[in-house]
Amino acid sequence: MVGWNVGGAFVTLAVVLAWSAVARLRLVSPVFLPSPEATGQALWAGLNQGDLASLTVGTVERMVVGWLLASIAGVVLGGLLGVSPALRTYLQPTLEFMRPLPASAIMPVGIALFGLTPIMVTAVVAFGAIWPVMLSSAHGFSAVEPRLTEVARILRLSRLAFLVKIGLPSALPDVLAGVRLSLTIALILAVVGEMLASQQGLGMAILLAARSFHAADLFAGIVMLSVVGFVGNALLQACERRALAWQATT
Amino acid sequence: MSVWRRVLRALLLPTGMLAAGEIVMRVQGYAGDALSKPTDVIVALYRALADGTFARATAQTLASSFAGLALGTSLGLAVGLWFGLSFVARSLSAPTVEALRTVPAVALIPLSMLAFGFGVRMESSVVAFACIWPMLILTQAAVRQVEPRLLEVARMLQLPRSGRISKIIMPAAAPRIFVAFRISVGVALVVGITVEIAANPYGLGYLAVTSQQNLRPDLMLATILWIGLLGWGLNAALHGAQRRAFPLAPDRVAVPQQGTR
Repeated sequence: MVGWNVGGAFVTLAVVLAWSAVARLRLVSPVFLPSPEATGQALWAGLNQGDLASLTVGTVERMVVGWLLASIAGVVLGGLLGVSPALRTYLQPTLEFMRPLPASAIMPVGIALFGLTPIMVTAVVAFGAIWPVMLSSAHGFSAVEPRLTEVARILRLSRLAFLVKIGLPSALPDVLAGVRLSLTIALILAVVGEMLASQQGLGMAILLAARSFHAADLFAGIVMLSVVGFVGNALLQACERRALAWQATT
Repeated sequence: MSVWRRVLRALLLPTGMLAAGEIVMRVQGYAGDALSKPTDVIVALYRALADGTFARATAQTLASSFAGLALGTSLGLAVGLWFGLSFVARSLSAPTVEALRTVPAVALIPLSMLAFGFGVRMESSVVAFACIWPMLILTQAAVRQVEPRLLEVARMLQLPRSGRISKIIMPAAAPRIFVAFRISVGVALVVGITVEIAANPYGLGYLAVTSQQNLRPDLMLATILWIGLLGWGLNAALHGAQRRAFPLAPDRVAVPQQGTR
């Protein structure tokens, strides 16, 4: 296994070297393809002397706040939906219609309601990120093992006790999967929101870099965004493994 | 429960809410620029459909999205097949694929703007990048998940490598690959609209943004409604085609998240 990982690392290195060669030979104009060295330099300079770090923090802040709001609301609403078949018959079709709607299509409505403000970005992020959590929580809560529901009835558990002691642990895999997906959506919406509303963040930074033809800064910004996405996803996956460790199959 | 009763129940909540919104807005005499009475939205929808505004914008959006979709899915399919069939290729490429996957498609919008200016090429290149990954990963998984019994049949019949691929593996993987394609179509539409809203002056997303800027909330909401209908319609059409062509395909396949292979 280790051998293949090392081999894979070599392939990645080879790709980077090929990129460097293409940039040096100017096969693609350096206006849009900076060399990896230039990108690295821009990253280093931006993090040390420039404000790349604070811009990243700005984007992450907007992403996380919206995502937290969406996750909490999504789990609660999804739970309510999941345990009530009646509610589901009335609401599910509408929700299924909202599912393929691009979350960014809500952006103009957000701008109309809140203007080009930080509140708008957070609101749009929260609204867009709520759907995966809500829908997968509803699915998770509705699929509780019937035997467990019978156990709850025998023990005369209250609704709330049922939700907390049986419903939530049973739905946790679906809920966490939905939460992870909504983090991805939150990042996308935060970046688009920054581009539109000129908020201090990575989205604005890469847009400005493109407009002023600073390709190295542009690539450095793209790398930072990928790192944010990767780190967020990795953290959530670690939490998921911890939280679901008691399950035999994950 | 009969189909009609189910349809009625499904429509009850949305129509109820829209009716309530309508009544509240009329009673209050709402004259703001941010939202619109539901009846105004429906009138705007009808008018935009009638005078070709939606037709033109939809054609633009679909043209760029489908161009990107075609490029991205064919690339993803080809590479996914290769990785699915070849353990060596798969293992050696894994870190590179995982690294490239982390790049959010929206982060490429400024780069695409820099390289291509505005228009179809810019949007379809971003869409193509976004569509490669679900197609690649799910095609790879589909090929690897071919029932081992079928591979034993191939061995028993002493099929050559090409025969094994074309006669056993491809037909077995086809249903899941079609589901991957369906997912990619959804991704293509979402990314296309997002690019239009963020930067590209082209298509339905741009129509929504300009309607908001021109203080035409009825047209803005009508456009968003139309986008929703478009996405829903595309998905329903593909779902129907899938059920006809691949009755055994799974309804939903989860794209394996980063960190898992």
